[in-house]
Amino acid sequence: MNQAADLPIWAALLIALFLLIGAGLTLIGSFGLYRLRSFYDRIHAPTLGTSWGTAGIITASIIYFSVMESRLVLHQLLIGAFVIVTTPVTLILLSRAALYRDRAKNDPGVPPLDPPNNTSEISNPEKEPTPTHNNTHTGEV
Amino acid sequence: MSAAILSWAVTIAQIALAIAMALALVRMIKGPRAQDRVLGLDALYGNAMLLMLVFGIRTGNSLYFETSLIIGALGFVATVALAKFLMRGEVIE
Repeated sequence: MNQAADLPIWAALLIALFLLIGAGLTLIGSFGLYRLRSFYDRIHAPTLGTSWGTAGIITASIIYFSVMESRLVLHQLLIGAFVIVTTPVTLILLSRAALYRDRAKNDPGVPPLDPPNNTSEISNPEKEPTPTHNNTHTGEV
Repeated sequence: MSAAILSWAVTIAQIALAIAMALALVRMIKGPRAQDRVLGLDALYGNAMLLMLVFGIRTGNSLYFETSLIIGALGFVATVALAKFLMRGEVIE
């Protein structure tokens, strides 16, 4: 921190603000990962750290290096773009794997893989609300 | 004055990220099933990447940026491979 003494005060305040926002949101996300009950609740929590946590710390880093080197330093945006692209891919793959494992275990908390087909609707048409209910139920997977 | 503000903010951010890494590590160790452990490992990688960026601000060295990028890439590959393994039982088929 020896060369940071010649920073202007507004830059120091802005860097501190973005650092505290980013680190605090990451801490809240990891605390949610520790605290929430089921896996499908827990998978939402760390995205707080990968969305605004990463954005805040990257913004602080951009401001710091731009002011220190007196030019526009933007290579930290590479990390931001990489994290934004890769986080949904990994979490969708992981949640689909977890859903597959829960269905293979016959966990009652997850919806079934396929709704009952139209054969039941043809055989006894008075049970019409059942397939529509199942369709909406699997639609939210 | 500005050095003091920056020093305090960086220290608090490093402590917060270290606590976040510890919470993710606890979830990775005690997670009830395998997908919880993989999720904890993913959060651990992300928090380590952010901690490396804060180290870069503390030392003023732009070398930590490359460390952070490598940690992020390794975390992506590790989590995708582990999720594929949980889904299929093998990684490359």
